[in-house]
Amino acid sequence: MSAKEKLTSMITSEGADSLSVPKARPMLEGLKTMSLLKKIGLGLLILAIFLAPIFFQGFGHIFLIRIFAVIGLYILLALGLNIVVGYAGMLDFGRIAFYAVGAYTAMWVGVPIARALGEVLGGWSYFAALPLGGLAACLVALILGLPVMRLRGDYLTIVTLGFAEIVRICLANNIFGLTNGAKGLPRLGDSLGEPPGLQWLKYNTFFRLGNNFEFQFTSNIYWYFVIFILVILSIIIIRNLDNSRLGRSWAAVREDEVAAQAMGINTAKAKMYAFVIGAFFGGIAGVTFSYFQAYVSPGSFTFLESALVLAIVVIGGMGSIPGVLVGALAIQGIPEFIRGFASAGWFGNLPAEAISAISNYRYLVFGALMVFMMAVRPQGLIPSSRRSRELHATGSDAVRESTTLEDERNKVGETYHTQL
Amino acid sequence: MGILIQQIVNGVTLGGMYALIALGYTLVYGILLMINFAHAEMFMVGAYIGLFTLKFLSDPAWGMARLGLGPVQEFFTGSVLGLIIMFIIVFIVTGALTGLLGVLIERVAYRPLRNAPRLAPLISAIGVSIFLQNAVLLWIDSKPIPFPDIFPIVTLPYGLNSLKIFIVVTSIVLLLGLDTLVSRTKIGKAMRATSQDRGAAQLMGININSVIAATFFIGPALGAVAGIFYGMYYGAVIFNMGFFPGIKAFTAAVLGGIGNLRGAMLGGFMLGMIEALAVGFLPAGYSGYKDVVAFLVLIIVLIFRPGGLLGESVVEKV
Repeated sequence: MSAKEKLTSMITSEGADSLSVPKARPMLEGLKTMSLLKKIGLGLLILAIFLAPIFFQGFGHIFLIRIFAVIGLYILLALGLNIVVGYAGMLDFGRIAFYAVGAYTAMWVGVPIARALGEVLGGWSYFAALPLGGLAACLVALILGLPVMRLRGDYLTIVTLGFAEIVRICLANNIFGLTNGAKGLPRLGDSLGEPPGLQWLKYNTFFRLGNNFEFQFTSNIYWYFVIFILVILSIIIIRNLDNSRLGRSWAAVREDEVAAQAMGINTAKAKMYAFVIGAFFGGIAGVTFSYFQAYVSPGSFTFLESALVLAIVVIGGMGSIPGVLVGALAIQGIPEFIRGFASAGWFGNLPAEAISAISNYRYLVFGALMVFMMAVRPQGLIPSSRRSRELHATGSDAVRESTTLEDERNKVGETYHTQL
Repeated sequence: MGILIQQIVNGVTLGGMYALIALGYTLVYGILLMINFAHAEMFMVGAYIGLFTLKFLSDPAWGMARLGLGPVQEFFTGSVLGLIIMFIIVFIVTGALTGLLGVLIERVAYRPLRNAPRLAPLISAIGVSIFLQNAVLLWIDSKPIPFPDIFPIVTLPYGLNSLKIFIVVTSIVLLLGLDTLVSRTKIGKAMRATSQDRGAAQLMGININSVIAATFFIGPALGAVAGIFYGMYYGAVIFNMGFFPGIKAFTAAVLGGIGNLRGAMLGGFMLGMIEALAVGFLPAGYSGYKDVVAFLVLIIVLIFRPGGLLGESVVEKV
């Protein structure tokens, strides 16, 4: 397919306005077109998710709070990866490296600040660590991105994978004496301090309803709320990015790099922005992870984690924010829920062996489920509507037409951009 | 000087294994443009199948002797000819079973996704990989199982021994065999045609499904052979043993230019050599960084040759 046809089809399928939007659309523009009923429903859902930990804590299902907090962190990671994979169409297999950079930066920055501020105020170091961790991840992405951004699809995959392994190995080997090796940080006697206001909240939010409901604020709930707020803010920012001039240029680069270049888009710059901005969200997730766990070690940053974050994006539906939310719930939630419910006795009164068998089998089931989910919905659970329109317009006919070797070579490039 | 030669010997041995695994990645990639992340697990499963076959044939407490075939078992373990025949049987049985598993996985997990977005089979492959690892962990053992040390080891100077020579020679024979298969035979021709243009190959009367099935048989079979070598070389197998050799072999395939058979072989030997030399020459206390060296070399090579060492640089035409 020629560049001209390609451009025409992109413009006609998109509507002429979408490629030449002069400035960013107003914030939360989608909300305006939503019906009132849907708005109320969405509001109630968000409120329910926000208040959920109070019920979990009150009824004594504390494991659920931790699971949802971890799901929140994976949502942040996957939102960042979604920019790279879903919007800009590059395959990054080393997402966890930026998470690790954020987490360790939090320790390097947070511990000395917490020590300087003292026991009571130490937790305020989070607000210094959060932007610094994000920026450190951006910087690392920039340094890695400069040489490798021009690599074609699958070569970029292995480079990012290799880079993540380099980061993990350096952390595990206590590089420059900074990471304390496999034992992890903080070192004995150091700490990140108590989160600001937690003591006050603990003593002033205690209440009881009836005999079964007893609520007290805990550190888990505290970080649940912090993560919740971060996720909401990130979604707003990323939605606006997607609708901005930059977001349009990502879509154009993903669909056809040559055509995008012809339209005057600096493709290298657009890809670099996606990579660096994506890393930022990984970085802040890492910082929050550090503070939430109060401990980091290289064992948390393995290749499997990168693969799971990618699985969240793909199973949810590439380029789709609701997809990321559902995907994180499925990928990070399913194994943990199986284990948590089994040990909390939700499957009835099981003997101890049955409980351990259920939690042992959870990854086996999970692996099979991943295959099954892809077989049933290869486009993801909630595919992005814009992407699926684009696929119909450009992908399929190009594949059917190709007959010569030359066409096939083009197809290789093209399928990468259109169908990744 | 001694240590240099010793590390070169180790490097070539490792390289042979990496090359065998890398071929599985590159074959599948060449034909389906898909990274088969479950291939590392084929290597692992192959090592287990090899271990059990070998035990069945040689261990007096296992299989053969119990089935009343004691004399046959004594023949296998007692004479040189018996050993040779036994190892040939082990390799063929393991290769065939692992190959069949590969074909089964393709049928169940990848074929339904052939026209899906490109990332879908990748996620499917990760799912298969998680499933297989946990299947072995739950149903066989979570601890390392020692590999029977039946292979007679004759030690030679410079860290050379009969096992290393055996591994290198067998790897090279298999690599040459595969190269001949792909470049000279009819099925090889069909494979090359399919990798160039699937649709056109189909129009020429090639049965695409059987070509892809053949690919998924050959790759895991070679990976399984590497798995047996790995078990013999390091003396034990464990359920997560596939991960590092897997990503290194994938790195090797990319280093040589993914989709290119000779590239994968070259990449495998290069990576083995780099790793062995890094182990030998990194300062004391830094040997943990040997994998960093391998990945750094990969990144540097790709910066200067974005298509890998032997890969053709694809000029994107519009």
